[in-house]
Amino acid sequence: MTMFSSRNWREYPQRYRLEASKFKKSGKTYFPPRAVDPETGDTAQEMVKLPDTGKIVTYTVIRTAPSQWTEIAPYALAIAELTDGTRLMAQVVDCDVNAVKIGMEIRIEFRRIQSESDHGVLSYGYKFVPKWY
Amino acid sequence: MRQVCVVGVGFSQWGEVWRRSLRGLFVDAAMNAIKNAGVDHLDSLYVGCMASGPFVSQEHLGALMADYLGMKGLPAMRVESACASGGMAFRQAFIEVAGGFSDIVMASGVEKMTDCSGDDATAALAMAADQEYEVFNGATFPGLYALMAHAHMARYGTTRQMLSAIAVKNHKNGAKNPVAQYPFEITIEGVEKSVMIADPLHILDCSPITDGAAAVIVTTEEIARKLGKPYIKVLGSGLATDTIQLAHRADLTTIKASTLAAERALKMAGKTIRDVQFAEVHDCFTIAELVILESIGVYKPGQAGPAILAGETALEGKFPVNSSGGLKSKGHPVGATGIAQIAEVYKQLTGQAEKGRQIPGSPKIGMTQNMGGSGASSVVHIMEVA
Repeated sequence: MTMFSSRNWREYPQRYRLEASKFKKSGKTYFPPRAVDPETGDTAQEMVKLPDTGKIVTYTVIRTAPSQWTEIAPYALAIAELTDGTRLMAQVVDCDVNAVKIGMEIRIEFRRIQSESDHGVLSYGYKFVPKWY
Repeated sequence: MRQVCVVGVGFSQWGEVWRRSLRGLFVDAAMNAIKNAGVDHLDSLYVGCMASGPFVSQEHLGALMADYLGMKGLPAMRVESACASGGMAFRQAFIEVAGGFSDIVMASGVEKMTDCSGDDATAALAMAADQEYEVFNGATFPGLYALMAHAHMARYGTTRQMLSAIAVKNHKNGAKNPVAQYPFEITIEGVEKSVMIADPLHILDCSPITDGAAAVIVTTEEIARKLGKPYIKVLGSGLATDTIQLAHRADLTTIKASTLAAERALKMAGKTIRDVQFAEVHDCFTIAELVILESIGVYKPGQAGPAILAGETALEGKFPVNSSGGLKSKGHPVGATGIAQIAEVYKQLTGQAEKGRQIPGSPKIGMTQNMGGSGASSVVHIMEVA
């Protein structure tokens, strides 16, 4: 699907800087940010930056990938829980895909996510790398 | 609230149906349902469809389908909730009849998935997930269910063999269903030797890409009785949603939207899950069937797998699941799936299932569970023999 640069640009605060919303009443952090706290209905919030370390809570290895991703397949995809309790999904890179496990400690790094053909828009964002790396 | 009944069902051909278009599939199923019910008109029409835009560049299905059914002027609209579009369309028809707004309503579903490349179809289906935070990062649908599978295996010791047994059981049922896209049996070994899609899910854990449509006639008990055809009663309808992103769910081993939808449907029906004797559930992937059976309360967490291995969910088991062959063997034209589930329960409760796949013992109460995406929406219906 064509990725218009405005659509990508809108997500820069999250994809480039991991900006999240922390609600005043509940103290809960949500990534990406949202207007209303699902637990309390509260709207008063502040912007916080997510911690950049955590643990994998579940994972898979995509071995048969759509054409957009065949270049990097097989690739590992995981949900990690960060040290503040927030969870997010990203690829796990810089290690053998078969080494990815539940409980593995990861760090978040800024990486290229997609390139839309030879002349298209490059999209950047976050990926997980093993913490020991 | 009026008692709502289902009085007739119809299917188009299912599979890779090159001879039929989106509208052609719908008209085939709709005319079969009208004939089956013996109704002489409709008061309104709902069309469940997930992604006719991405698949065949066609939207505005309410008007299109009413027009090509020869009923221009009919109140008609499309209902979309990803892969739960069909179940949601049925729920809208149920509400319209229960509320007294219409007496004879068609609930239908359709998807034309093979007029585009496999890549385009995969991209269309991925639109049910969070584009910006899941698909952007490389998530695919098998990938999302694979994430749940690994979480379930780690927590409850669920095995590869349990997943394979689900695919084998559904193909065994589907082999006897004339509608099924893949009406043949497979083996546990065959599942485990098939191509790996997303660990731990192989291609034979995944439901296929299918063209197809299904339709049912929803009406009052008074009219159903007058028509003189077999009919069933709809006792309860429940709908619920959850976070669109899998990562935002505290427990990855359950699908809470289906728990809530089942609770709501059972409450409306005045029944408990123990009163239900069989179910059609949304086995878009084998792990989905296992997780759903636990989520709707048929089994306690971690106990569905062993029960499946013991044959409890087989056609002749204690609680038959997916007697139709499920999405796995019957096929999964996404918008049509929820309607096809209702049609299967209708056939089973009225004793009209084809030879060799009628559930023994004349069951009286059955249920359907249909869901969208990775379980961000789910709809459940409870039905009883009339």
